[in-house]
Amino acid sequence: MLGRLTIEALPLYSAIAAGGALVTVLGALAAVAVITWLGAWRVLWTDWLTSVDHKRIGVMYVALALIMLLRGFVDAIMMRAQQAVALNSDGYLPPEHFDQVFSSHGTIMIFFMAMPFLTGLINIVAPQQIGARDVAFPYLNAVSLWLTAAGAGLVLVSLVIGKFSTAGWTGYPPYSGAEYNPGVGVDYWIWAVLIAGVGSTLTGINFVVTILRKRAPGMTLMRMPLFAWTTLCTSILMAFAFPAITVVAVLLELDRLLGMHFFTNGGGGNIMNYANLLWIWGHPEVYILILPAFGIYSHVVTTFSGRRLFGYTSLVYATCAIAFLSFTVWLHHFFTMGSSANVNAAFGIATMIIAVPTGVKVFDWLFTMYRGRIRFHVSMMYTLAFIVTFVIGGVSGVLLALPPADYLMHNSTFLVAHFHNMLIPGALFGYFAGLNFWFPKALGFKLDERWGKRSFWCWVIGFYLAFMPLYVLGFMGMPRRMEHYDTAAWQPWLIVAAIGAIFVLFGLVFLVIQIAVSFQRRAELKDWTGDPWNGRTLEWLTSSPPAPYNFATIPEVRERDAFFDMKNRRIAYAKPARYEDISVPRNSPFGLIVGGLAGIVGFAMVWHIWWLSAVALMAAAIAVAVRSSNDDPDDIIPAADIAAREERRLDEMARAPALPSADGGVAAAGAALPGTAT
Amino acid sequence: MMVVVIPVFAMTFAFAWRYRASNAKARYEPDWMSGKIDAVVWVVPALIVTSVGIHVWIYTHSLDPYKPFDPSVKPIQVQVVAQDWKWLFVYPEQRIAAVNELAFPSGVPLSLRITSDTVMNSFFIPALGGQIYAMAGMQTQLNLLADEPGAFVGRNTQYSGDGFADQQFVAIAMSSENFEAWVRKVRESGKALDDVAYADLAKPSIGHPVAYYSNVPPGFFDKIVLKYECGPACAQASERTDAGSE
Repeated sequence: MLGRLTIEALPLYSAIAAGGALVTVLGALAAVAVITWLGAWRVLWTDWLTSVDHKRIGVMYVALALIMLLRGFVDAIMMRAQQAVALNSDGYLPPEHFDQVFSSHGTIMIFFMAMPFLTGLINIVAPQQIGARDVAFPYLNAVSLWLTAAGAGLVLVSLVIGKFSTAGWTGYPPYSGAEYNPGVGVDYWIWAVLIAGVGSTLTGINFVVTILRKRAPGMTLMRMPLFAWTTLCTSILMAFAFPAITVVAVLLELDRLLGMHFFTNGGGGNIMNYANLLWIWGHPEVYILILPAFGIYSHVVTTFSGRRLFGYTSLVYATCAIAFLSFTVWLHHFFTMGSSANVNAAFGIATMIIAVPTGVKVFDWLFTMYRGRIRFHVSMMYTLAFIVTFVIGGVSGVLLALPPADYLMHNSTFLVAHFHNMLIPGALFGYFAGLNFWFPKALGFKLDERWGKRSFWCWVIGFYLAFMPLYVLGFMGMPRRMEHYDTAAWQPWLIVAAIGAIFVLFGLVFLVIQIAVSFQRRAELKDWTGDPWNGRTLEWLTSSPPAPYNFATIPEVRERDAFFDMKNRRIAYAKPARYEDISVPRNSPFGLIVGGLAGIVGFAMVWHIWWLSAVALMAAAIAVAVRSSNDDPDDIIPAADIAAREERRLDEMARAPALPSADGGVAAAGAALPGTAT
Repeated sequence: MMVVVIPVFAMTFAFAWRYRASNAKARYEPDWMSGKIDAVVWVVPALIVTSVGIHVWIYTHSLDPYKPFDPSVKPIQVQVVAQDWKWLFVYPEQRIAAVNELAFPSGVPLSLRITSDTVMNSFFIPALGGQIYAMAGMQTQLNLLADEPGAFVGRNTQYSGDGFADQQFVAIAMSSENFEAWVRKVRESGKALDDVAYADLAKPSIGHPVAYYSNVPPGFFDKIVLKYECGPACAQASERTDAGSE
C-alpha cells in the first residue's frame, strides 16, 4: 500500500538529522500559525496562491528563492564547520550525512534558489520592460511556478521523510544507480530536478513567445532594454537545454527502477553518455543563471550613473554570442575522461572564446560609469563588487579551460572556488542588485538602504574569506567533497573559509532584517511615483506596484531608453483621450493544483507507491483537460475603473514628497515630474 | 591575464571615485559614447584569447597524458583498478599485484592503464602529473615519470561514497635495485590473486592496509574491464557476483 515507506523513514537515527527535520516541521507549522494569526489565509489564497498575474507570480518565485537560499546556506555552513574541524577526526558529521549535505546544497542553490530567483525577477520585470500587459501564457506561467515549488517541496520533505541523495548535485552514475545507492535519496533528487525542470522548460517557452510577440509598438528588438535581451537569450537556453536534464533524469530513473543500464555498469550502460547529456544542459545552465544578472547590472549601472548604456549594440551581440557559445563547451566539464588531445584542445579553445564577449560586457559597464554621476545605491554597490570579483573568477575559469591545467585542478577545491566565484558575485550579487532595484516596483516600497549596505559588506567580505582560501587549497591539492582529511596544512585555510561562512551568515541575517525593517517602515519608504531611481526603461512608467494590466494605454516606443525619452518629451504621464476596457486573465487554482499533483506523483514514485502516482498523474491530466475546455478564462476591467485608478495614481504623484537631493541632484534632469500631462 | 585584471580593478575604483555624484568637478556627459573604445574592447580580448588559444592547442598536445615520454625507452606497465575504496595495482609483466601501494623505478617511464570495478573514480598523483577518470568497462591511460626516488600521495578525487575521504595510496619511486627487491618481496609474501581472493578484495572497505598478491593470472585486468561489456546475459551474471560480494 505504501511502497517502501515505513516508520523507518523518520530520521530518528541521528540527532543532527532529527534536528534538521524538526526545524523544517516547526518552520512549516510556524508559517501556518503566523498566517492564521494574521487572518491572512483568504488574502493569501485569492491574491497570491491562485494568482496568474506575472508580477505576483514573480514575487512568489523570489520568496521561494529566498527561503531556499536560507535552507541551502545551512548546508553550506555545515560543510564549512565540518571541514574546519575534521583534521584526522570524523568531525561531527558522518560521511553519509556530509554527502547528503553537499548534494542538497548544490541541488538547492542551482535549481531552487538561483532558478526561481532569476525567473521571479524576469516575471516581475521583463513584460513591463517591453510594454506588455501580460506574459504570452499566464496559466502556463502559474503551472511553471508551482512545478518549481513542488520540486523544492520534495527536497524539503526529504529532510523529514527518508534521506536525500549522496551523489552530489550532478548525480553521476554508476554511483547514483540502484546498485550503489538503493535508497530513496537519488530518487528524491531525480524527481525534484525532473519536476522543476519541466517548469523551467515551460518558463523558457513562455518568455521566448512573450518577448517575440508581446512588445509594444515601436519596441524593435534593437530598442529592447538589455534585461529583456538577456531574458530572451536565457529563455531560449531554458527551452533548449532543460529538456536534456529532463531526459537524463528519466533515463537514470529507468536505470534505477527497471535495470535498463543506460548509464550504469553493465549491459552496455555508459557513464560517459550521462556526463555528455548532463553537461549539455549543465553548461548552458551556467549562462541561464548568469545572463539575467548581466541584464540587471546593465540597468543598475546606467540608472545609478545617470548615463546612457555604453555600447548597447556590443552588449546585445555579446549576450547573443555567449548564449550561442554556451552550447559548444560542455566537454570542458570532463577533460579528464580520456578524450583525445584534439577534442580537449577544441573545447578548451571554445571555452576561452566565451571570455571575449564576457570581457566586452565588463568594459562596457565600466565605460558606462565613465563621465557619469554615480550614486552608490545598494544595487550599484553589488554591481561594483561584481565587476571586480567576477574578473578573478574569469581568470580562474580561463586557467581551468586549459586542459593541461585542468588535469591538475579538476575535482579540487580550486574548481569549487571558481564556480562559486562565477555564481555568487556573478549571478547572486546580480539578483540581490535586482532585488534592491526592483523591490519598490514589485511591492510599492523601497528597501531600507542601511541594512542593505550592512548585508552587502558581509556578503562581499564573507565571499572573499570563504572562497579565496579554496583557491589556495586547490593549489595545495585538496580534493572537493572531503568529509575528513589528514593534511594539517589545509586546516588553517579551512578555518578562514569557515569564518567567511559566518560573515555570509550575517549577510543573510541582515538581508532578512532589511526586508523586515522595510516592511515596518513601508509608509515612509513608499514609492509614490513608480519611478524611485529616475529610471530609463518602461517598467518605471507603471505605478508601484503596477496595476493588474500594467499600462492603462500601451506606450509607443521611439527610443532605446523608452521611458527616459518619454520623460524628456514630458509625455510620460499624459492622459489618454479615453480609456478602454482591458481583459486580464482570471485567477485560478489550476496551476497550484497541477503543481501539487506533480509533487504527489514525485513523492509516490520516490517511495514506490505506484497506485498513488497513477492516481495523481491522472488527476493532473484531468485538471489540464478541464482548464483547457474553459472558453471564458478572462475578466474584463471596465474603462471606468481604469480611469478612476489612473486618476488616483496621478493624485498620489502630485502629493508625493520631493525626491531627496542628497543623492546628487541627478534626479532633477528629466525627473519624473508629476502632472506633466499634455 | 593581468593585462585584463589590473585595468579592470583600476578602472572600477578610479571611475567609481572620480565620477561619484558628489564630485561636481567631474565631467558629466550622459550620452557619451565612443566607437573606438567599443572596438578596442572587442579586439583586445580577442587578441589575448587568440594567443592563449594557440598555446592551448600546442600544450594540450604536448602534455597529452596518453602520449608516451620516450618511445625508445620501454616503460614499466602497471594496470590500475579502482575499487571501493582502495586501489589495486597489477604488474602484468611481473605477475604481481599490490593494494594501495604503487612502486616503480625512478627515471623509467610509468605506463598506466586504468579502469574501475565500481563507480567512477579519478586517479591522481598530484606530484607526478594530471588525473584521469577510472570507469568500469573502459580503460584510460596515463604516462608518468619520476625523476628522483621519493614517496608521493596518490588518491581518488572523484567522490565515490563513504570511504572516499580515505581512498589514498602511496606512490613510491625507487632505484632499480630497490624495485627489483620490492618485486621479490611481493612475490614471496603475496598470496595468489585468484577469483576467490579477488572477490574478497573487491568488497567495500575503508582504509585498506597495503597488501601484496602474487601469481596474477594472465589477462586478469582485461577480464575486469570486459566483464561489463558482454551483453545483457553476462551483465546479469556480473550483477549477481556483485550482489554476492556486498
